[in-house]
Amino acid sequence: MQNILTYMTFIPLAGAAVILALPNNAKLIRWFSAIVTVPPLLMAIWLFINFDRTTAKFQFVEDYHWISAYNISYTMGVDGLSISMVLLTALLSFLCIFASFGIEKAVKGYFALFLMLDAGMMGVFCALDFFLFYVFWEVMLLPMYFLIGIWGGPRREYAAIKFFLYTLFGSVLMLLAILALYFTVEPHTFDMRILMAQASKYSTAVLPLWPFNLWGWGFQHVIWMALFIGFAIKIPAFPFHTWLPDAHVEAPTAISVILAGVLLKMGTYGILRVNFPMMPVATADLAYWFLGALGAWNIIYGALCAMAQKDLKKLVAYSSVSHMGYVMLGMASMTTQGLNGAVLQMFNHGTITGMLFLLVGVVYDRAHHREIEGFGGLAAIMPVYTGATALAFFASMGLPGLSGFISEILVLLGTWQKYPVLTILGASGVILTAGYLLWTIQRVYLGPPNEKYLNMAEINGREIFTLVPLGAIVIVVGVYPGVVLDMLRTTLDSINAIVIPHLHG
Amino acid sequence: MDLKNVASLTFFCPEIILSATILLLIVLDLIASSRRWPAALALIGCVCSLIVSFDLYSAEPGMLFHRMIVLDNFSIFFKVFSLAATILCILMSIGSNEIERVHEAEYYALLLTCALGMFFMASSSNLLMAYLSLEMVSLGSYVLTGFLPHSRRSSEAALKYLIYGGVASGTMIYGMSWIFGMTGSLDYSAIQLALSQEGISKATVFIAFVFILAGFGYKIVFFPFHMWSPDVYQGAPTPFTAFLSVASNAAGLAIMIRFFFPGMSKVMASGDWAFTAGVEWPQVLLALSMLTMTVGNLCALNQRNVKRMLAYSGIAHAGYMMMGLAILNNEGLAAILFYTVVYLIMNVGAFLVVGMISNVTGDEDIADYRGLAWRGATVPAVCLTIFLFSLTGLPPFAGFMGKFFLFSAVIRQGGAFAVLAVVAALNSVISLYYYAKLVKTMFLDSPTAEDKQITLAANNYTLLLPLTFLTVLFGVYFGPLVQYTHQSLRFFVK
Repeated sequence: MQNILTYMTFIPLAGAAVILALPNNAKLIRWFSAIVTVPPLLMAIWLFINFDRTTAKFQFVEDYHWISAYNISYTMGVDGLSISMVLLTALLSFLCIFASFGIEKAVKGYFALFLMLDAGMMGVFCALDFFLFYVFWEVMLLPMYFLIGIWGGPRREYAAIKFFLYTLFGSVLMLLAILALYFTVEPHTFDMRILMAQASKYSTAVLPLWPFNLWGWGFQHVIWMALFIGFAIKIPAFPFHTWLPDAHVEAPTAISVILAGVLLKMGTYGILRVNFPMMPVATADLAYWFLGALGAWNIIYGALCAMAQKDLKKLVAYSSVSHMGYVMLGMASMTTQGLNGAVLQMFNHGTITGMLFLLVGVVYDRAHHREIEGFGGLAAIMPVYTGATALAFFASMGLPGLSGFISEILVLLGTWQKYPVLTILGASGVILTAGYLLWTIQRVYLGPPNEKYLNMAEINGREIFTLVPLGAIVIVVGVYPGVVLDMLRTTLDSINAIVIPHLHG
Repeated sequence: MDLKNVASLTFFCPEIILSATILLLIVLDLIASSRRWPAALALIGCVCSLIVSFDLYSAEPGMLFHRMIVLDNFSIFFKVFSLAATILCILMSIGSNEIERVHEAEYYALLLTCALGMFFMASSSNLLMAYLSLEMVSLGSYVLTGFLPHSRRSSEAALKYLIYGGVASGTMIYGMSWIFGMTGSLDYSAIQLALSQEGISKATVFIAFVFILAGFGYKIVFFPFHMWSPDVYQGAPTPFTAFLSVASNAAGLAIMIRFFFPGMSKVMASGDWAFTAGVEWPQVLLALSMLTMTVGNLCALNQRNVKRMLAYSGIAHAGYMMMGLAILNNEGLAAILFYTVVYLIMNVGAFLVVGMISNVTGDEDIADYRGLAWRGATVPAVCLTIFLFSLTGLPPFAGFMGKFFLFSAVIRQGGAFAVLAVVAALNSVISLYYYAKLVKTMFLDSPTAEDKQITLAANNYTLLLPLTFLTVLFGVYFGPLVQYTHQSLRFFVK
């Protein structure tokens, strides 16, 4: 299929345009949006089947001139790293449309914006031209701002603008870094493939500028850091994570799922796509004491924060901070297991946290609050719901047989070969995770049923429909991780091979 | 080509048409009494002038009227630009309730006078001509600012503008007198030649140029000559504020570029400009640029009036555009020209919506925009959002490309200019806060009982939708415009 990636990106955008022209009928708009997300999902499945797992090259590449004078082109393509994210995006977008059926306010605007967001996310993972990448990266911000700001909770305005400002702060630095790279290569280009191939052009000579000279930083390190800040805000890495709990708590359920499931992955995706292959020397220099340490700190800090939360959604939000720490730790290890584990963790976190947010949404829709202490004994009232929650919680804490276990163990195995101390810290995060999740299960689901919620309705068909595919993936990947890992391995090995020669000792 | 008076007239048609229109407006005002004709006449005059201006591209570039005026691609670009801004302003004025119908002919005559002055600003190659053209625009602007006879704020703004303008242009002509004293000439090329001789005191040249900068700075609205702008923007009739914010600013840039680049500099083989007399010019502009954008953005944060907020945002944008001047090369100048065009579209668009809303509510308080999107004005709210995010510099809107070209010109220069790029980039983040605050008010806040439903006639959209379309179009397809700006950088120097 020619131009399949373009279709996947722009069908939702076209759908958004059509929605604006549709009559103001909520039911029609909902189902139309659901139908619009089906073709990208089918195409993603087709990609999954036809993807050549033996090569690290970009596949299904499309390359068109856009602005010849500046050598800006419209280039799309996927490799093992991006295809897993494309799959995740297509699936979560489809499911989240159904999770949004409960939206009553300005339905037309909601679904139009949602589909625009879908297009932006898809574009970020497919773009191979840095300029195009940046455009998609920014295009996503606008719908997200409105989706949180209009359909969010009580403090939605604060959360929306905070998200917007944080992300824009990161992305303007990224823009400057992109321009600096553009002018370094000859002939000037934004093509990521050429920028990677010319990685040796980015000078590592120590800059005569304080304070960079103290650390022996060159041009490459400064650019690395500018890009890293842009990506770290999305991950979100400490200390840029404070927008996340606010945004998650205020956003409507489906948007939380998209935020955690897809948007956070863009940060780590960007680091692997850009920082690793384009700036290998800086990556090697900064991997251990910066990237790895930050990852380990994220794991522990996120877990401790999660433990202290009273709000169920905030707890899941902080657990995201913690779990994204494994991704950073795994990347920093530069080992096959570590990198594969990291990307698998990105994929798994998308499905598991997606489930968690959907499950929190289920109970919030019924009780209209999310206080952990306000429930109790839900297992007796809603057994099916509790079963689904247990699956997601156990997957999140890394129970063997479920997907979270595979990725975490791979990350820790990979890291142990390089940084034993960080591994021990990271592994202790597993215990903390088990701590807060089990404690939550005990407080919310076990014990005597709360009198107030005796009549709470069991999870309904639509909600089950959104959870089943994610649950199935969690189990399948947990039993046979090769489904995902086979796609990743070749690409990640080639990325790793670029950085390894620059490691010291 | 170096023409005498009569021979020059052939290449002076756009100006002649405008002058004729102005005179017709004034004379016919005494005879006719119908209400719609002045706008129509002004519009026809501008369009004719525009068509004739494009015709000038086929003419050979050269000097007109004994080296007073230059005809080259750069001056034609600004003719076209001023006319486009004037046409937009006329179209906006037709739909505005602010302009008193009784004095309509005078209003348009003055507006066209300003446009005519801008023609000269962009093309004068003589200090005296430059000064006179600047004053011509200023005088028209003073009157138009005070054109709301029953508004105290409008009169106050006009007076402030006049006083500031008087001081700034006085300072400027003082600086010019120094230059004249040093070189004995008013002609740019003669001055440049004299200044490149041995024995010229750098300090003296520097001081003279700083004085002259005051005049330019007041037109472009950069720090520290920006104080007049918030009051004037708020007090002036909204269509004229829109005109002032884009055209006056652009004409100021044009006169400054003409003076400092082809006038006082030499082009190197690399395309860089070398400033005569060795004054450390870029550093001054670099500092002013950073200060201007930062001051503009910080002051805009807490404004309660939309027009004031846009005034401060205009100051910030002047700061962004000055980045292109500081780096002294063609890349930067092309980025400035691109930015002026983009800024014309998005800023006029923003003021257009502000005007539409104030036609209904009678005011421009941000509080009046509460829940605008849910009060029957969804389309204007969406359009204004697009303009505001374009002003912030977010893709896929035109403002992003404008900033992109400026940033890329600065980054390419490297070195200390990287700091300028970082400051400018962080300023974009600051600006997001106040632009988004207005968007928040329109979309995120719910209207209260006292907020009226807003109904807008269909004719309001005739200008709004094309501007919105262009804002998006130039964000994704900007190749021809970039090419045009590069072609417009052909200066005639002799």
